Amino acid sequence: MTYSFELPLLALLILTAGGAIIVKELISAVLILGAYSFFLALVWAWLGAADVAFVEAVVGAGLATVFFLLTLSQTSPEDTRIRRPPPPIIAVIALPLLGLLLLYAANDLPAFGDPASPASVHVSPHYIENSLADTRTPNVVTSVLMDYRVLDTLIETVVVFTSGIACWLLLRRDAE
Amino acid sequence: MIDSPFGSVIVRRTASLLVSLVQLFALYVLFFGQYGPGGGFVAGVMIAASLVFGLLVFGEDSETAQRATRLLAGDGVGLLLFVAVGGLCLIGGGEFLNYSQAPIPGLDSAARRYLGILMTQVGVALDVAVAAVSIVYSLSRNVESENTDA
Repeated sequence: MTYSFELPLLALLILTAGGAIIVKELISAVLILGAYSFFLALVWAWLGAADVAFVEAVVGAGLATVFFLLTLSQTSPEDTRIRRPPPPIIAVIALPLLGLLLLYAANDLPAFGDPASPASVHVSPHYIENSLADTRTPNVVTSVLMDYRVLDTLIETVVVFTSGIACWLLLRRDAE
Repeated sequence: MIDSPFGSVIVRRTASLLVSLVQLFALYVLFFGQYGPGGGFVAGVMIAASLVFGLLVFGEDSETAQRATRLLAGDGVGLLLFVAVGGLCLIGGGEFLNYSQAPIPGLDSAARRYLGILMTQVGVALDVAVAAVSIVYSLSRNVESENTDA
């Protein structure tokens, strides 16, 4: 596998993620986070997950940025700059160790695209083979989301509905 | 923030072009989600994004804003449509949301499933669009009431 595309993308991802944390102005942090979402969408598209890339670009970079900016515009101007205490020593030592541990554990993950990995031998072959005959839906992601696993999607829709209602009830105090 | 529309001609012209284009593309994403990437969730977010965009550029009294306000009345309709399709399958004698049992005459099992997927996707899109617009309204309005209270 060639890494000519992945490595610059990974560097940009780490740069934008770090920049969103380090930068002092919150509005800049929100915009950098939007750029991070776009790079992440590129990664998903590169890995072949077009649906996930689509959602990441629209929700992560578009809608979440608008939510953040609207929230910032409602807070008082003093809130937009934050002062950070220096990180505690234990975090400086422990977090790189945790990262190394995760990298070590990642060795045991199946290789990308491995046909013998547990995820691709359980129910995925059945979905991929039968989706077109069962549902006339060439996009297997859609048929899994909306037919084979539709109860999950129903509950997700309930969650979205509840979040809209909850925001309305909590934040709209002039509604009475 | 929402009360002050932008004065710039460029922004307003671009927005008036983009809002309808984004809505058209959202419909494409919704109805071709079974053939390409996309589907109800993304389409709903895109419809909401186009309305919020118009709301931010044209202000609260514009046609787009009125459309967004009218959309809020549809809170829960999408979820109701989703559950109604499931109930229809129950009436037809199948399990909840087993589209192949939906009592629609003249269609075979695969076509019923196709139709069921399409209907539930429309439900998801409506639900997500209403929820997103409602969150934007909740985030953007409360400061006025606090100012008048104080």
